[in-house]
Amino acid sequence: MLDFLKGPILNVQNFFLLSGRAIVNIFRSPHYADDIALQMDIIGVGSLPLILLTGLFTGGVITLQMSRALNQYGASGQVGNIVAITLVRELGPVLTALLVAGRNASGMASELGSMKVTEQIDAMRALGTDPAKKLVTPRLIATATMLPVLTVISDFMGLVGGYIVGCVMLSLTTPTQFWSSAYQALDYSDIAQGLIKPLTFAFVIALVGCHYGMETTGGTQGVGRATTRAVVVSSVWVIVLTFFIGNFFVNLN
Amino acid sequence: MSSQGQRVALRLEGVTVEFDDTVALENVNLEVRQGETCVIQGAAGSGKTVLLKTALGLIRPDAGRVELFGLDAGKLRRRELEELRARMGILFQEGGLFDSMTIEENVAYPLLNQKSVKCAPEEVLPRVKEALEFVELGHTLEKVPSELSGGMRRRVGIARAIVTQPELLLYDSPTAGLDPITANTIMALIAKEREIRQTTTLLATHRYQDGYLLANYRYNGATGQLEAVSNGTGLRTRFLILDRGRLVFEGSQRELEESRDEYVSKFTKALKQ
Repeated sequence: MLDFLKGPILNVQNFFLLSGRAIVNIFRSPHYADDIALQMDIIGVGSLPLILLTGLFTGGVITLQMSRALNQYGASGQVGNIVAITLVRELGPVLTALLVAGRNASGMASELGSMKVTEQIDAMRALGTDPAKKLVTPRLIATATMLPVLTVISDFMGLVGGYIVGCVMLSLTTPTQFWSSAYQALDYSDIAQGLIKPLTFAFVIALVGCHYGMETTGGTQGVGRATTRAVVVSSVWVIVLTFFIGNFFVNLN
Repeated sequence: MSSQGQRVALRLEGVTVEFDDTVALENVNLEVRQGETCVIQGAAGSGKTVLLKTALGLIRPDAGRVELFGLDAGKLRRRELEELRARMGILFQEGGLFDSMTIEENVAYPLLNQKSVKCAPEEVLPRVKEALEFVELGHTLEKVPSELSGGMRRRVGIARAIVTQPELLLYDSPTAGLDPITANTIMALIAKEREIRQTTTLLATHRYQDGYLLANYRYNGATGQLEAVSNGTGLRTRFLILDRGRLVFEGSQRELEESRDEYVSKFTKALKQ
């Protein structure tokens, strides 16, 4: 009667088993330093142009949309404050994570999925390597390292975008006031929230991407399905988790 | 030790493997002694690949027991199983080469990653070259798998399987999808490996010609050619037929050719004609 639940439960069980092994492997040798460096390059350096561009325009559009409301209340000088809080607490981590999920969770799922259907994963096991250690852990370490860095860069670019729109285009405030209000608006809990979120999202993106890749069946069509699922599931979890982490920090304050 | 005094390299006892609601292997019993050649035939989807992967410990059976070199694979820890796998080599159906690595890196992979394989760093390249020379692809060290033809990729797969000089070699459909000339080249290499190193061989194939060649031809090291032997039984080759996960035939070449079973006789029909 409950046969329809078997598949999802097995899927969740396999996800946690893979996640557990990947995390434990962080503390076990051998460590594949070359693979970690390669993944850092792919995830970090490869995503950089995308993050720079979206960060810049996100800050710009927040300022643009807020300008009318701030003018209405005679609070246009607070634009730096609003841009900083919105970006560091929420939009910076979430947008960066969604972009990295779209770019890298899909990449991981398709790469590992292709390896699975062409028996490269089996070959790896047959030749004495744990695929979780060789393939999943380096991607997890690389994402957990690069996503917080990319988020900080995105936050900064957002502030630059906000500055360009708020000070140069709309003359809402002076540059000094913009940067000082942005700086003063942030306290330690904002910084903590802004870094805990990307770290959590990094685990979700890397593990979901790798899990769907490793579970791929059914040839090239299966690779396509795994890729789509990896992006959809990791993106949904990013949105869900940002609510819970945000809720935790709101209650903390 | 078996009754004939030969050690058993691989034993499957009542092995059943299921995927969801599909039975891939059903109560399979098989014993392969050292130095023996087993040719497993069956239609597509009959369970040949699953059988090889179960033998290698890549798939855990839902029921039954797999014994490798006298050890119960089900009771071994992962590390112990990995050590045992170093005594085995496998050629996957499509070669299973790592497409992000060069041919040299692919062939060197088991030497560098199998813990029980003791190979000094300065010995890796000479052994890789030797394995690639064996399959006549010594010039492909710097290439990547995508630059090679299907037949060449299988030959590199053979080189990777034999580089650690394993005692038991498993070949999964090594000639599938290849033209007859390339298929014969691959089979000649398998026969050559068997003769030179006296390796126990488990070959899964849907082509009777492949098994026929192993049962009736021997590699002559002096001439570098395969030559027919008068009596195939001298080459210790057994034939097994799988049908939808069940082992429906086990016997010699003669018994196979004389079988009146409708399914079993289909495999020899092509050669008889």
